[in-house]
Amino acid sequence: MSEANNNTIIIDGKEIPFTEGQTIMDAALAADIYIPHLCHRPGLKPHGSCKLCTVEVNGRSASACTLPAASGQEVSNNTEALTEVRKTITQMLFVEGNHFCPSCEKTGDCTLQAVAYHLDMLDGHFPQFYPKREVDASHESIVLDRDRCIMCELCVRASREVDGKDVFAITGRGVDAKLIVNSASGKLADTDITTDDLAAHICPVGAILIKEHGYETPIGRRTFDLHTIAEPGLEPVILRKGKHADEH
Amino acid sequence: MHSNNGPDNNAGSPAQQGGDNHLLHRLYELQQQFQHIPKQAISDLATELNLPISQVESVVDFYSFFHRTARGRYDILFSNCTSCGDMAMMHKLCERLSVTPGETRADGVVSIAETSCIGMCDQGPALLVNGRTLTHLTNRRLEQIAEQVDAGTPVADWPVEWFRVHDNVRKNGLLLSTGFEAGSGLLSAIHQGPEELLEEIVKSGLRGRGGAGFSTGMKWKFCRAATGDAHYVICNADEGEPGTFKDRILLNSHAHEVFEGMTLCGYIIGAQKGYLYLRGEYRYLLPELQAVLKRRHKAKLLGENILGQQGFNFDIEIIMGAGAYICGEESALIESMEQKRGIPRVLPPFPVTKGFLDQPTVVNNVETLAAAAQIAVHGSDWFKGHGSDKSAGSKILSISGDCTTPGAYEYAFGVSIQRILDDCGAEDVQAVQVGGPSGTLIAPDEFERKLGFEDLATGGSFMIYGKDSDLLAVVQNFAHFFAHESCGFCTPCRVGTTLLRNGLDKIVRGHGTQYDVDEMFRMATLVKRRSHCGLGQTAPNPILDALKRFPGIFESRLVNSEFEPHFDLDAALEEARQISHRDDAEAHLV
Amino acid sequence: MSTKKKVRVATTSLAGCFGCHMSFLDIDEAIVGLIEHVEFSRSPINDIKHCDPDCDIGLIEGGLCNAENVHVLKEFRESCKIIIAVGACAINGGVPAMRNHYTLKECLEEAYLDGIGVENPMIPNDVELPLLLSKVHPIHEVVHVDYYLPGCPPPAEAFLKVLTDLLEGKEPSLPKEILHYD
Ligand SMILES: Cc1cc2nc3c(=O)[nH]c(=O)nc-3n(C[C@H](O)[C@H](O)[C@H](O)COP(=O)(O)O)c2cc1C
Ligand code: SF4
Ligand code: SF4
Ligand code: SF4
Ligand code: FES
Repeated sequence: MSEANNNTIIIDGKEIPFTEGQTIMDAALAADIYIPHLCHRPGLKPHGSCKLCTVEVNGRSASACTLPAASGQEVSNNTEALTEVRKTITQMLFVEGNHFCPSCEKTGDCTLQAVAYHLDMLDGHFPQFYPKREVDASHESIVLDRDRCIMCELCVRASREVDGKDVFAITGRGVDAKLIVNSASGKLADTDITTDDLAAHICPVGAILIKEHGYETPIGRRTFDLHTIAEPGLEPVILRKGKHADEH
Repeated sequence: MHSNNGPDNNAGSPAQQGGDNHLLHRLYELQQQFQHIPKQAISDLATELNLPISQVESVVDFYSFFHRTARGRYDILFSNCTSCGDMAMMHKLCERLSVTPGETRADGVVSIAETSCIGMCDQGPALLVNGRTLTHLTNRRLEQIAEQVDAGTPVADWPVEWFRVHDNVRKNGLLLSTGFEAGSGLLSAIHQGPEELLEEIVKSGLRGRGGAGFSTGMKWKFCRAATGDAHYVICNADEGEPGTFKDRILLNSHAHEVFEGMTLCGYIIGAQKGYLYLRGEYRYLLPELQAVLKRRHKAKLLGENILGQQGFNFDIEIIMGAGAYICGEESALIESMEQKRGIPRVLPPFPVTKGFLDQPTVVNNVETLAAAAQIAVHGSDWFKGHGSDKSAGSKILSISGDCTTPGAYEYAFGVSIQRILDDCGAEDVQAVQVGGPSGTLIAPDEFERKLGFEDLATGGSFMIYGKDSDLLAVVQNFAHFFAHESCGFCTPCRVGTTLLRNGLDKIVRGHGTQYDVDEMFRMATLVKRRSHCGLGQTAPNPILDALKRFPGIFESRLVNSEFEPHFDLDAALEEARQISHRDDAEAHLV
Repeated sequence: MSTKKKVRVATTSLAGCFGCHMSFLDIDEAIVGLIEHVEFSRSPINDIKHCDPDCDIGLIEGGLCNAENVHVLKEFRESCKIIIAVGACAINGGVPAMRNHYTLKECLEEAYLDGIGVENPMIPNDVELPLLLSKVHPIHEVVHVDYYLPGCPPPAEAFLKVLTDLLEGKEPSLPKEILHYD
């Protein structure tokens, strides 16, 4: 392996460049290296909550999406041990909520599901929490099904940073944390969210859905029938399909 | 952006921090007035403070002392700490007053629940009634409390001696035995100038007393060098680690030292504003602390042109927490000060460069700041002359549990655990939890180990478990503590602490198998390595330590089968039995 | 016909819809090859009511919604060397577990008293009826499960792949193309 020069890091033995201000995730994605992630979307401020992007940097555990890249970093990413850790974390996300994929409009287009496939997850492993969470169907064209929310706060950030609104927030503590809507009634209908907002489309799971567009794409043509999550450059595809289900 | 509460979440103007208008203070008022935070009040407050409704709501839901549904007019919270808690007493009072634990009696008069350690471990069992600390509980006192509730006597009229909190200083060391004259540190600082004093602090070898042990001098140096519109000093008086109560004593009897340490820090780093973040459980200390601040103003030790020094301006405000252990973590504390949920930030950037309101901020523990004030007076050599190579000076321990004289003990670093146990009259000790649940659980063959950053670090908690105590119950208690206090931000800790708690509960109920133990070990390792902040990274310590040092406490409870169900099958039929009025053999599962 | 002892397979549907069984039968002509190595013990396919005590493989469709499900599951665990949780319902409760949002009382009242189109409103109650569990649970919460075959239903190829792997003495594994949860 060649010496890492000033602006490179090494991921699984491969030297890749980075520019000042990039995180390990940024550098990896730019080099078409997939690091599993759920709470991260390029363009939004890094968050670091899901821990799917857990890597080892010079032997220490770190979140690739928040740790600034720095020369001299040797990053382990695609290792058996880390796949096991990420699979376990994904299982934790599944059992914490209520994920009944067969009856979910997002199935086939769901990033959580696709990440689970990628990690060869066959089951939830842990006892189910079966939390009771509220559905908010008050809005005429957007529905919020909290059962599937993984608390990634992509919608929270998209609304604030891109849409210039402040529609969502997380409330509560520990396992009681949950997504809330920023209005006096707490209902989506009483916010200024529209289907043009990024926040309406960014949800990686089936928690925020556009009404009357469920199951539009036939099985076989959904995002992850055609792609795997690890494919380079998939982010725009996921987002575009979130907006126009029939496009592929 | 490093704030996990979102960049546009409103931190409020600096003027709004502290004072009566801080969101936490306003919510406290509302909780006092209505026994809960009414829905309408949330939107009103949001409008008035110009905060998003969701932010006010999320703060209400985050902190244990705020409620959406009404608590009783007497809201009683028993500590559930292994040292200052007594759950049997809680259940007894519940029975006496016909209250379901955790709930409010139908007439709205009284509610009884448990709460995390309230820092009265040397004088428990203890409880909070409407936020006031009541110590030294006995069965007789429980009955008297019940009578007061029955009679409707306002808590303000209950006998004052019930609320007395003693310092219980049992052993004075370097800090506690050295007198301190208010202003002496500042005089010395002005005399030396900020650079020289900073060098003294660095040279003294003082390291943070709050747990992490970072060099205080270096922290101040970094902050001084950082650029910003303003600099801030924060004194971390959240003292939430179960078994810790030494800051309580410093704040009660050595407040000048603490405030002077803050002021010195401000002098050095160029801050004009300091905040003391005081845990809600210590609200009883607030009036006296405010009185001390007033006195310091009068004495020109605070305010503008301190001690006549042109341009030496510094002021201190107190912000009250509201029941959240995570707010002791410095970046979560800052979020809390910014009127948000206490969610730890992504580091870096560290507070020294981007802290309160994104400005350079020093966060120090109470004891660290008190020590700094003494160092300013007596010099670095005086301090370094005590303790060990890597751990200069002394440490105040909060000793509790199975010993004859619980209380505060100050030792020079390097003292052995055995020596400490001898001093406090602890015999037949089974285990000591050094540094609280997030610290280290040690067994008797390790009692020659030494206190210090190089061996056994502690933020001050020192909990002793005698040979008769049920260690598994202790580990279970800690697992519940962490699951309750996890902020919920990151997956490993949010879900993992609950899985660990459930795993332990299963074993304690006598339904655990070797498989469950192996699973718990695997989960504990994951939570420890992969969590976002110090809470998750230490939450599994009691389990991992106990598995390593006391495997027998688990093994003796295990059932000898390959697998046991994760839930109680027969109990799962209870609802159906009630609906069908059946109780035949087929209506049960074994 | 080979004289080698055949592998004994038992199957059942607990709180499931028999969709997994239907999918299993979708292996079509491949069943001929399979039958050379496999014989069926208790299964809805042949209506045998109890497992042979020395079954090799138990395929369980469906989660646990009542006391009888628990009894059957335990019989399978005691009789089968290998238990495979088949399909979404066995693995996480699936669609039946959507009732976990409600109390049992609410569910029964909706189904038998207050629901639209209910005639003769009455909650059935008879000692012959197995009592319902307060919540629907996946099977791995009650017995040890050796392997999981996800899908709603799992595709026929997935059944074939897992069984073939086991017959060949290999760790079963699913190629990514046939791994799905829906
Ligand atoms: C979960 C958690 C709780 C903490 N609680 C406290 C506390 O109550 N008091 C404290 O001084 N430090 C606490 N800390 C440590 C602080 O984050 C920080 O390191 C400390 O206040 C710095 O001050 P020091 O350098 O003077 O020790 C806690 C850390 C974590 C992770
Ligand atoms: S959100 Fe994704 S993982 Fe969850 S039920 Fe829907 S498809 Fe499945
Ligand atoms: S609703 Fe979707 S985007 Fe928003 S926090 Fe939940 S999972 Fe994330
Ligand atoms: S480790 Fe726990 S307390 Fe810390 S951020 Fe994660 S969930 Fe919150
Ligand atoms: S993608 Fe990095 S923590 Fe979620």
